[in-house]
Amino acid sequence: MYLDPHVHAVSRTTDDYQAMAAAGVVAIIEPAFWLGQPRTNVGSFQDYFSMLVGWERFRASQFGIRHYCAIGLNSKEANNEALAEEVIDLLPRYLAKEGVVAVGEIGYDDMSALEEKYFRIQLDLAKEVDLPVMIHTPHRNKKEGTSRSMSVCEEHGLAPGTVVVDHNNEETVKEVLDRGFWAAFTIYPHTKMGSERMVEIVKQYGPERIIVDSAADWGVSDPLAVPKTAALMKARGLSDEAISKVTYQNALDAYGQSGQIRAGDWLDAAAVDPTEKFEGSGVLRGGQPPQVGKLGNTPMPDPGSDNLIV
Amino acid sequence: MTNPRAGLLREWLAERAVADALAWLDEKHGAIADGAPDSVFFMNYSAASRRFDRTPLALDESALRAADAAVPGWRPQAWEMMHTARAVLLCALPDGEAFAPTIDKLLDAADIGEQIAAYQALPLLTQPTRLVARAREGTRTNITAVFQAIAHNNPFARDHFEEAPWNQMVLKALFVGVPLAPIVGLDERANAALMRMLCDYAHERWAAGRVVSPELWRCVGPHADDDAIRDLARVLAQGDDDARAAAALALRTSPHSRAAELLSKHKELASVSRSWNDFA
Ligand SMILES: [Zn+2]
Repeated sequence: MYLDPHVHAVSRTTDDYQAMAAAGVVAIIEPAFWLGQPRTNVGSFQDYFSMLVGWERFRASQFGIRHYCAIGLNSKEANNEALAEEVIDLLPRYLAKEGVVAVGEIGYDDMSALEEKYFRIQLDLAKEVDLPVMIHTPHRNKKEGTSRSMSVCEEHGLAPGTVVVDHNNEETVKEVLDRGFWAAFTIYPHTKMGSERMVEIVKQYGPERIIVDSAADWGVSDPLAVPKTAALMKARGLSDEAISKVTYQNALDAYGQSGQIRAGDWLDAAAVDPTEKFEGSGVLRGGQPPQVGKLGNTPMPDPGSDNLIV
Repeated sequence: MTNPRAGLLREWLAERAVADALAWLDEKHGAIADGAPDSVFFMNYSAASRRFDRTPLALDESALRAADAAVPGWRPQAWEMMHTARAVLLCALPDGEAFAPTIDKLLDAADIGEQIAAYQALPLLTQPTRLVARAREGTRTNITAVFQAIAHNNPFARDHFEEAPWNQMVLKALFVGVPLAPIVGLDERANAALMRMLCDYAHERWAAGRVVSPELWRCVGPHADDDAIRDLARVLAQGDDDARAAAALALRTSPHSRAAELLSKHKELASVSRSWNDFA
């Protein structure tokens, strides 16, 4: 049973959902982010946020996967000041909705003054509505960006235990853990973090406050990164308890602080909303049955295959 | 309470909710009824999920009778606490020019649970004619639970949809695989155009080798033309037990001259004592 706490499912196909469900992913968290194509008006943001709490939630449910989301203004589009102002005004409405587990993903892209401004505004907002924060650390200038993200959180009075710092690597993890934040790692095929490196990190630092995710989106990425990494950890001799922590429980504990995600949502059939039950034909064609709770076996990755190479 | 139907909802919640949640709801209801900015309404409509959970109201017979007396055809047997609290807030909205646009703005940014609550509450709201377009928009969704919030146990479509959208709603119910029996007004709004659409749909399903819901024939019987009678004869001859029983029920409602003759040929079906609700 896995929880992938960072998936941009709007960019993924139904094949991905089927594969994730078959591999044992029971729930995903979809943080609001940049779509690749910059948005030019606030209505585009509204419809995107509505999609995250509406259609995409339903689409995931058709494959037996529970869908949650984080809502926020991403760092790239924070650089369009007029638009950013309107998006900030929109956020409170969405942060109050069911299944919204964090403000995110927010932070820095190229560490501009406007990014800083809207990052800070959203940290205050998170405090006000009492939600955890998901931090996107910059891909360039990562080490400094990560440090600064944490310092700004502290400056705004957020408890480190309510903040997940994502996209870590070997260079950033120690400081993030030392300062008491959650350290999330995105397993990308070919580049950045790979499953093999992830195993080494958990061996070195232990499983406390470490979270593995796929960040599967419109780029080259692997929606099965979490189950595949878990399988490799098992093969490399990590304990079941440690594996469960980094691929399920830690993310649940971190985002569970929102009160908007609980294991009962997928474990306790009676807790499943009867009017939203995994039924219907919205995305199914030609009389296919919905995939409900069909947990298959986790596929074992070939240790020599691409996705493990850094 | 601004809208008298909110009284009934509040009464049901009072019997089930904790005092804090109820006090919160009364306070927000008051603020919205006093004309608070729409942002206050939107925020609290969402925040109702923090105070009320999804426990079903599980209304007893007398409560359901009270519902039907307040709004004929309203059957809130599947309503949940959270949806009910949201309906109370909807009923608080002042009955002015801003009313319908506010509902539109609400639904433009609503999550699934919020959409269900609003569409379920449609028959309780004032200015129904200004909400018809929105209700039709709701029936266009592919999110089954949202579609059902309008189509099932809700008299709004019966009372306010013209024939074309009504027919589309019934056909879509079959298409997305939800039962027809809970549609309020199914028999009284049966019509010849719907009969034709449904028979065409049955032929499509047969051509694809797929099952035809026995409920489909319910809306065919009263308006069956020669072709439809031939379709029903085919079901009697080739269908499974469910389909044959449904065809027999449909033929009993048909004034067509051949209906009685067909039924008399299938004496074994004369004793079928099932009702349409048994097929849902
Ligand atoms: Zn992301």
